[in-house]
Order: sequence, then C-alpha cells, then structure tokens
Amino acid sequence: MNAKVHVCLAAALLTLWAVPVQAALKVVACEPEWGALAQELGGNLVDVSVATTALQDPHQIQARPSLVARVRNADLVVCTGAELEVGWLPILLQQSGNRRIQPGQPGNFAAADFVSKLDVPASIDRSHGDVHAAGNPHIQMDPRNIAKVAVALTDRMQQVDPSQASLYAQRGTDFARRWEEALRGWTVQAAPLKGVAVASQHNGFVYLYDWLGLKEVAVLEPKPGVEPTVSHLQTVLSTLKARPAVMVLYAAYQDPRPSEWLSRNAALPAVKVPFTVGGSEAAADLFGLFNDTVARLLAAATKR
Amino acid sequence: MHKLYLAALGLALGFPLGTVAQTAPEIKALREEMDSIRAAYQERMQALERRLQAAEAAAPVPASGDPSMARPQAAQASSFAAGDRQVARGNASNPAIALILSGSYTRTSQDPDEYEIRGFQLPPDAGIGPGSRGFSLAESELSLAANIDPWFRGAASLALHPDDTVSVEEAFIQTTALGNGLALKAGRFFSGLGYLNPQHAHVWDFVDMPLAYQAMLGTQYGEDGLQLTWVAPTDLFVELGAELGRGRGFPGNESAGNGVGMRALTAHTGGDVGISQSWRAGLSVLNVKAREQALLATEASGSRVTNAFSGSTRVWVADAVWKWAPNGNATRTNIKLQGEYLRSTRNGSLAYDLDDLGTAGSYRTVQSGWYLQGVYQFMPRWRVGLRTDRLDPGTQDLGIDGAALASNGRRPRKNTLMLDYNPSEFSRIRLQVAQDRARDGIVDNQIFLQYQMSLGAHGAHGY
Repeated sequence: MNAKVHVCLAAALLTLWAVPVQAALKVVACEPEWGALAQELGGNLVDVSVATTALQDPHQIQARPSLVARVRNADLVVCTGAELEVGWLPILLQQSGNRRIQPGQPGNFAAADFVSKLDVPASIDRSHGDVHAAGNPHIQMDPRNIAKVAVALTDRMQQVDPSQASLYAQRGTDFARRWEEALRGWTVQAAPLKGVAVASQHNGFVYLYDWLGLKEVAVLEPKPGVEPTVSHLQTVLSTLKARPAVMVLYAAYQDPRPSEWLSRNAALPAVKVPFTVGGSEAAADLFGLFNDTVARLLAAATKR
Repeated sequence: MHKLYLAALGLALGFPLGTVAQTAPEIKALREEMDSIRAAYQERMQALERRLQAAEAAAPVPASGDPSMARPQAAQASSFAAGDRQVARGNASNPAIALILSGSYTRTSQDPDEYEIRGFQLPPDAGIGPGSRGFSLAESELSLAANIDPWFRGAASLALHPDDTVSVEEAFIQTTALGNGLALKAGRFFSGLGYLNPQHAHVWDFVDMPLAYQAMLGTQYGEDGLQLTWVAPTDLFVELGAELGRGRGFPGNESAGNGVGMRALTAHTGGDVGISQSWRAGLSVLNVKAREQALLATEASGSRVTNAFSGSTRVWVADAVWKWAPNGNATRTNIKLQGEYLRSTRNGSLAYDLDDLGTAGSYRTVQSGWYLQGVYQFMPRWRVGLRTDRLDPGTQDLGIDGAALASNGRRPRKNTLMLDYNPSEFSRIRLQVAQDRARDGIVDNQIFLQYQMSLGAHGAHGY
C-alpha cells in the first residue's frame, strides 16, 4: 500500500466519522401533531418521521416492524404520553435496543407532562371503559397546550442536540410569536362559540371545549373507547330532547356513522374535526389544523 | 415577592395621590394613569404566572439526566386523588401486574387421552391434543413487569394450570441500556423462533397451537439461557438473534451437563407496503441435544411402544405474516394472514421398545409440516379465522426394526374454524371447531368455547 491509498482510506474513514455529526436530529413522533411541531421547531435541523396518521386511532396502533426500525435510529421520540400509547410504544422502545429514547432519558419526550390535564379520574376501574389514569390524553386540541409543549420541546431539542442550541432557541421564539398571533385570531373568531352545547362521539375534545367554552351535553360512546351501540344512541337522542345540542363532533379517524345517525335523527350538523395534522386537507400544518377546526365549528354553529 | 412589589408600588403611587391631588381633572388624569400602569402590570404578572406554570410543569422532567424511570405508562396507578402527583408517582414504581383469566368448554368425538400425531414420536408428557373434555380452567396467567433500574427491566409470567399446579412460563431480565440496537435477555423465556413461538397463549388467534408446533417444538419452545438480539440501523427492519440454553424442553431433554444443550439463531425482517399493509418474515434454526429421551410411538400393527432417543435435533422455521387494515386503522376492519413451515431433522441412535425388545441402532428422520391461517375482523369486535395444518412424517431411517415403525403414507392434517367476539380489548369469547386428522384414519371433531380476559396492567403486544 502506498501513501496515496493511506490518505484515501483516512479520508474515507474521516468522512464516515463526520457524517453522523452533521446529520439532522432524527425525531420520531407518535402522532402527527407532534411531528408537525417538531418540524416547526427544528426546521432543517431535524429529520422527522411520524408513526401514525390522522386516519388511525392513536390508542390502537400495532408495534409494526417498520416502527421498530425507525425508533431504533431515533435521537428523540416525541409522544403524547398520559398512557395514550400504552398499548404499543413500550414494545417499540423495548424492541428497538436504543438507549437514547428509553423512559427517563432526554430522548424520550412526553408532551402531556407539560400541560395540566383534564378529566383526571379519582379512581380507575375498567368498568368505566378506556379511562386513562393520567387524565384525558388528547391535549393537542387546545392551542394553548401546543404553546406550552413548544417551549418544553425547544428545551429538549437543545438538550439532545446542544451544538445547535442557539438555532433551536431562535426557531422557538419565532414559533412562539407566530403562534401567539394566530391564537389571538382564533380566540376572537371563535368567540360566538362560547356556551354552545355540543355532543361528541368520543370524549376526545375536552381540551377544545375548555379553550372555546363549548358545553358537552352528550357523548355517543357509552364508555370511553367502546363503540356506540344503537340502544345507547337512542338514549342520547332522548337526552338531547331535554338538553338540545347544536352539533355533534367526531374525529377524522373515527367511523362517521354514529355521528351521521344522530345528525339525521336529531336534525343537527355532524362536524368532522381534523383532530390532528392531516385530518383534513386544510389541516396541513398546526396552523391549518386550528384554522380549519374553528372554521368548521363556526360553519356548523351558524347553520341553525 | 410579586405581591410585595405590587403593594410597594401601590403605596408609592397611592399615598402621594391622596394628599397632593387637588382638582377633579387632575384626579381624573392621575386615575387614568394609574389604571394604565395597573393594566400594564397585570399583563406582566400574567405573563410571569404563565412562565411559572410552564416551569412547574417542566419540573418533574429529568432534565439533568435524572435516571428516574417512574413514568405513568410503566405503572398502573390503581387509584389516586385527582391531581395528586406525589401519590401517582409513588404507585408508578410498582410493577405492572396483569392477570389473564381463561377457561373453556371442550367437546371432542375421540378420547383426548388417546391422542397422538401419527408418525411423530413424542415424549409421554408432550401435552399435545385438545386437552381435557368438558368444562375446564384453561391456562390462566399472572404476569409482572417493570424496569429494575436504568439498566435492566424484568418480567415474569406464572401459568396457573387446571390441575392446581403453577409453572414458570417466563422469568427473565433484559438490558435496556446497551444501545446500538442490542438487548440481552437472561433467564427463562420463550425462544424467538418463528412467529408464534414467543407469543403467549392469550394472544393466539386460535385456542391451540398448530400441529407443526405440537409435533416438532413441544407446542412452544421455552428455554433457560441467554438471548442476544440486535436490530440493524437500517430503514428496513432487520433483527438478528442468538440464543444459548440448557435444552430444557422437547426436542431437548436437559442432557447437556455443564455445557450448552441448545443453540438458536433467528433472523427477521419486515416493513410496510403503503399505508395499509405491513409484513414480517423470518428464518430461524434451533439445535438441541437429547439423551435417552423417552418417546412414544405406534407400530404399524397399532400397538404402542416406548423408545429412547439420543442425539441431536435441528429444527428450521420459516415464518411470514402479512397484515392489512384500511388506511392502517385496524379498529374497524383488518386482515391478518400468517404461515410457517417447520422442518425437523433428528440424528442419533434409538433404543427400540424399551419394555420388550430393547434393541438399539442408529436413527435418522426428517419430518416437516406447515400451517396457513387467516383472521378477518369483519366488523368492530368480531373476528373470524380459518387455519389449515399439514404434517409430513417423512421417513424414519432405523438401523433395525425399520419396518415396524413404517408410516402407511397418510399424513396428519387438521382444519380449524374460529369465531371470536371481543367486547373490549381486554375481553374475548371464542368459538372454535376443528376437524383433526392427526390420528391414523380417525377423524376427531372438536368444539371449543373459550373465554380469555385480562385485568390489571394494560399489556402492550408485539406485532
């Protein structure tokens, strides 16, 4: 071997060594909203992959081989937490053999840890259905929660990828400014929704109601996570006679039939809520998600 | 502190006002100024409060590398006061405890005690066939799992059997901090062979294991030993595994002494096809030793003899599974297709008819079998499944008395149909009917009615 070969080999080795340093932070998001947030906050510093789509029920995802492979290579896993992913995430973490993203490590981020939860049960009994001990996990429906999670996620990205800390800080501040502005707009727009009575297919909208002041008067699922039955729908229908609702809400991933049935029989509009990024065409990013959600609710409320 | 600040501000602004302000317009102007200051401070206070809340919410997170593993998802808080984080975190360090309750009613047209798989010599305690008739407790199981410390997790499952005995199905520790895709398991565990072998009974799609597993792996191959798995850093899922053990169960029989009685290698790969489909496929091989292993066999004449096998066994397992759900949302409808092919080679010597003749000679046999099954969830909560089983007893090459064991060419087979109803993800009621032709020329019609329920920790299931 001559000197040239040695130099070439050394150069090749150096390149191999250098590649991971320059590579983007690999983020695996459990749900599309956190994928979108990580993308907003990380920009070209991150390589985001989302484990589920808006058309999938985040409670019931299978620990597919492709997900194990993605988690294996992740630097940061961004999930909802609060037991939403209890049926599949632990398997992915165990099987991945990836130390960085195990519970307790900086690479394991649970958004629900950074907001105050609603619907925290005083006691857990499965006869009440799919109740989460940590509270209702569908925190992404309140844009004020998104703001809180964004602050925490920026901190976490800085911690996991310290070499780019100042860039993350910049992007975080920029997002916070844009989000604050958008939030003011939505709050003003949605003012007429305050106090409006609604029915929901799944108890997945408590944070949305808390934000907008909507009043939930009925839930179509007899118990959380239990598919609505005809007899229960009849009960809901008679309840609504005494306490009428203006609309019924269901998430994009859910079977629309129970809501459509109620819509026909109680003569009220059924509103498909995008629920997460990608849940409707307009909900292409986080801003679109709330633009579209508010627009759909307003359209239904004024349809009367 | 902020309150003090405000009070001081109030004093500073308020006191001079009372004494100095003389005229109405002046008072009005001052009042307006004060209001504007108050509003400005209120805004700042609110901003501070928000930041404080955010900081408080962030506080329990181990930002400085605190290795605390306490996470709600790992633990199952049974009950705690709303919002009382201390209590919730106390419970969070307890292991996740789950109890699987299962029971069945079985009806068979043939006596299960006379069950055999034609052409396959199996130990007297092989536990093959449909189990006992009538009402019976099926395998109920108690399992505990938790992280031990930042480096290990542990899990155990104890099986409660209908005959009032308890057995240790699995009890192992596993590393969580090796990194680089590596994980080491030590203790008792189900081998990672094939697709079905590592799965616990309560996640099977049928009441029983396929004939091929019953005939060649002693229904389910469990081991005491070590397992190392490595997930490759590729976009395509590739998982390689290596196992060493004592060779505890059939086709082994704990004959290794100080040495290693079992070696296994497993390789699996898998991925997605579009958004609606996913798959996994693999190839595994198991090598075990046995010494003077008692085996029951049926002679061509129909009489039963006990033989003893010494030698080595190699079992190859090829497995594949494919799943489909519209848009990847399996909640309403989904399809799961799976199939496995097993091939067993036993090489050594056989002492024939211990009770009577006791002649010994060299022995070699190559046997194989496969099953193919499909399960279709046609509406929420309801699933229907079909499985077909085929076995090939192959040829049994005996040095002597070869003719006595010769198979008459009929291959064991079985067809199974099942329907199950799942009121929730924690409960299942299943009806299964099977036509079992494992015995020579005899059809066993089997009907099972079974419940399988789980209470306690919300288990997470593998693919």
